[in-house]
Amino acid sequence: MSPQPQAAVGAPLSRVDGRLKVTGRAKYAADHKPDGPDGVVHAVVVDSGIARGRITGIDTGAAEAEPGVLKVIHHRNAPTLPYGPNPGSLNLPGQRLRVFQDDQVHFHGQPVAVVVATTLEAAQHAASLVKLDYAVEPSETDLAEAPATGDPVTYTRGDAEAALQSADVRLEMTYRPARNHHNAMELHATVAQWDGDRLTLWDKTQWVQSPRAELAANFGIPAANIRVVSPFVGGAFGNAARAWPHLTVAALAARETGHPVKLVLTRRQLYSGVGYRPAYEYKVRLGSDRRGQLSAMTHELRGETSRYERFSERGVLAPGQMLYTTPHVSQTYRTVALDVNTPTPMRGPGYSTAAFPIESAMDELAHELGIDPIELRRRNEPENDQASGRPFSTRRLRECYTVGAREFGWSRRDPRPRSTRDGDRLIGTGMATAVYDTLRAPGQAGVRLDADGTAVIESSTSDMGPGTYTSMTQVAADALGLTVRNVTFRLGDTNMPTAPLHGGSLTMASVGSIVQDGCDKVRQQAIRLAVEDEDSPLSGADPDTVVVRGGRLHLKDDPARGETYRRLLARNDLTRLEAMGSWTPGQSRSSMYAYGAVFAEVAVDARLGLVRVRRMLGVFDAGRIISPKLADSQAIGAMVGGIGMALLEHTVTDHRDGRIVNANLADYLVPVNADVTGLKAIYVEGRDDEADPLGVKGLGEVVVVGVAPAIANAVFHATGRRVRDLPITAESLL
Amino acid sequence: MYPFSFVTAPSTREALAAGRRGGRYIAGGTTLVDLMRETVERPGTLVDISRLPLRDITVIERGGLRIGALVTMSDAAAHRKVRTLYPVVAQALELSASAQLRNMATIGGNIMQRTRCTYFRDVTATCNKREPGTGCAAQEGFHRTHAILGTSEECVATHPSDVAVAFAALEARVHLLGPDGQRTVPFADFLLRPGDTPNREQALHQGELITAVEVPAYPRPLRSGYLKVRDRQSYEFALTSAAVALHVRGGVIREAKVAAGGVGTVPWKLPAVEEALIGERPSERLWARAAGSAADGARPLTHNRFKVELLQRTVERQLRIVGDST
Repeated sequence: MSPQPQAAVGAPLSRVDGRLKVTGRAKYAADHKPDGPDGVVHAVVVDSGIARGRITGIDTGAAEAEPGVLKVIHHRNAPTLPYGPNPGSLNLPGQRLRVFQDDQVHFHGQPVAVVVATTLEAAQHAASLVKLDYAVEPSETDLAEAPATGDPVTYTRGDAEAALQSADVRLEMTYRPARNHHNAMELHATVAQWDGDRLTLWDKTQWVQSPRAELAANFGIPAANIRVVSPFVGGAFGNAARAWPHLTVAALAARETGHPVKLVLTRRQLYSGVGYRPAYEYKVRLGSDRRGQLSAMTHELRGETSRYERFSERGVLAPGQMLYTTPHVSQTYRTVALDVNTPTPMRGPGYSTAAFPIESAMDELAHELGIDPIELRRRNEPENDQASGRPFSTRRLRECYTVGAREFGWSRRDPRPRSTRDGDRLIGTGMATAVYDTLRAPGQAGVRLDADGTAVIESSTSDMGPGTYTSMTQVAADALGLTVRNVTFRLGDTNMPTAPLHGGSLTMASVGSIVQDGCDKVRQQAIRLAVEDEDSPLSGADPDTVVVRGGRLHLKDDPARGETYRRLLARNDLTRLEAMGSWTPGQSRSSMYAYGAVFAEVAVDARLGLVRVRRMLGVFDAGRIISPKLADSQAIGAMVGGIGMALLEHTVTDHRDGRIVNANLADYLVPVNADVTGLKAIYVEGRDDEADPLGVKGLGEVVVVGVAPAIANAVFHATGRRVRDLPITAESLL
Repeated sequence: MYPFSFVTAPSTREALAAGRRGGRYIAGGTTLVDLMRETVERPGTLVDISRLPLRDITVIERGGLRIGALVTMSDAAAHRKVRTLYPVVAQALELSASAQLRNMATIGGNIMQRTRCTYFRDVTATCNKREPGTGCAAQEGFHRTHAILGTSEECVATHPSDVAVAFAALEARVHLLGPDGQRTVPFADFLLRPGDTPNREQALHQGELITAVEVPAYPRPLRSGYLKVRDRQSYEFALTSAAVALHVRGGVIREAKVAAGGVGTVPWKLPAVEEALIGERPSERLWARAAGSAADGARPLTHNRFKVELLQRTVERQLRIVGDST
């Protein structure tokens, strides 16, 4: 077939759902099912006030006496739920939290009861009246104090210990990135409605299959009985992938009361009701020669997990294995079980955590050796993936360094720390490398071209913010040869063809390729129909010479010869053309990653210790860019998140009782507009044809990965002070 | 939130009557409603005073200012006389909260605002301020943002207001109206240190209403300004702050008014710093020497130890910024 002209893809399109969002008409989870006689009742969760122990008493008298309260459900009156196995889900090794099934408390803030009432206010007030007694057991929530549990995950290549012994230069450092919470703007919310043994859930989720499978397992009903609807998600960053316990609470409350139930976690409850990016202790040792050629790296990690589940993330090990030429590598990754709730992937999962120690360590080595940090990385740029032995599909990291150095003005940098001053402020610049897996997964999308020349494409993916609605519309428009405004993309419903998890930067690559496949099929149907139709101007033409543009099929080399979809379908008495798009990634011979080089300039008030990011530049090799405006939104948003990780974000636990003390957005600081000026992203040109038919490698994750170390390195350059604990706060720089 | 009744006071007289019966005054509600949602505050009756005629800013004798209690933070910050006569007040207001909050919150409510101590705001934690006698979770807990000055065994919570620091520096007076008539309280006496009654935060009698804050006149020219040191650049409370006002004549400092925020259980007036400045000629060395006493008497805890040094540096910086402009 003749390749379609590219018109929508690559254009800086504004979000197709932008108007809905800014006018408040986009329906998020909690917007579904209004109050009223036929509407929902409200559920409010009661949390545990201890981190470990058992509930010995529960007094619901005052709560139940409140007007409007329908029921208070807790472990003493809740039905036993099947909680069957849920293979293929995002659940973890261990035993997932079973709501109201026993008297055990595993962490501070665990759901221990739910109050259901006819109004939200009544439910909230009654929830505050539930009295709990506990038999408290000593708890441990401090990563620094607790022993590791279980067997470590290890990786070995060569003999790192021996190589370190014989290295000209040896460095050893321990870095401590703090626990971070996703803190998306939208609270986690769900509306549950039973109809017999069929359940409908309007939920905040990155993957409608996830709550469906979990609730099917938990309630022992067929997955086919459950419909999950999630058309809009107000940010998630990984936290709406797993099906968290409150979904079961909502469905249980709905079943027990016989009403549809709306449950919205409070901001405070997000700190214990859903997951977080765990804190780590990450010890790096590296050995190199005087020219900066790495011979060995060792990585010893300790990361938080809960006692009831073992969370670990592959991404925290991958960069240490493949980013730089290193003959000898040793990795030991231990998880530390604490009396906390279970962590979960958060933007750039694992990679963003590992990049901080690795990229800081490279900066420390560069300083030690007096080599420019970019030059040091160039000297260790591998020819292939040393972990797998495979060639890279594409790796334009050198180009990222070159373009970034040029655009950022790196050559003007005086490498000496504390060398640049602007009044009371020390100015510093730093850089770091970014890397993230190119993940792909199979799925399906339904494509329908209607007789009026418009198309509807459906796939049960999600749009947590990157702009799935828009980018899929662009892909479909080009593949069908329609203008963007004649294409509608729908998502977020289990009744639609199945899509993979919306996360891990796999949506554009996977769902994009799936959508393109379905649209290609429909276009080819139309072309075949035309060339075989004696009444068509294209009758008898070679199908491979026909393209479609603006809804009109025509010969590529003779645009005058052709006709519109509308005429073609009308003449053939067809109301529509349909196809199911699908794509399954093949077994790859290559190592596939997206890359980036991140540059930061900071001003540090020399006496007051305050760090301000003046400007940042990210240069990314993410393969083909489908939607440049959305890409910028992704990249700049990630820099904002990375600034938070570097300078502000820190979930603080009071280890006396496991209480999170800053569980709100006044005390858990995220960057505000004043903190995020001068952010810019550039994408190096190029497709990755091995990755997927669209040639994209994924962008949403890689863009956060190098941000924190670039800032930390800039702080070192500004001040001469190396801070190895995140976030970098005033007290570490006084 | 606990159930409550809500009455709107059409006049000052009726407001006072409702206050005498135990009603809690509410104006912008930016603190009180938050705390009610967290069930920290559980008023039985709210008395809406937002219709009372307390919205004027007037110039009084020789250049002092009287700011009505119901003037919003944004209106006060934008007022021409506030900006020209007392930049330190305007700056402190503009560096507070967010634009949305400043549009709602009032001057009277601002100085009445309650601490941001996370244990105070979490009803499941112990707190002597919220529930006298239960203990202070902060002292052995997480207290990075807490006070180093004016603390007691009972409480280490900071007063969160910025403009109160400017008022403390300028020795403002709080005008009160109560069942027994009017009275005026010096700012330094209005906000109370915790001592062994951290639940008592203001020198207010039952039902008393703040009607205005009066900033006294100073010899002119008076240079002033506010410096706020915080982790992020907007919408955050101070780690440390400094309000400074200087009157320099003939190359010599004749008047010096200095107070610090973010460090005290109340806005922290710094008389020793002021004394060190009076009669001296502005110089880098003077700023450093005067600021050296800013943290005298500090009793830091584990996580807020850095505030001792940071406070001195903050005061030194702001002395220089204001002093260099004189």
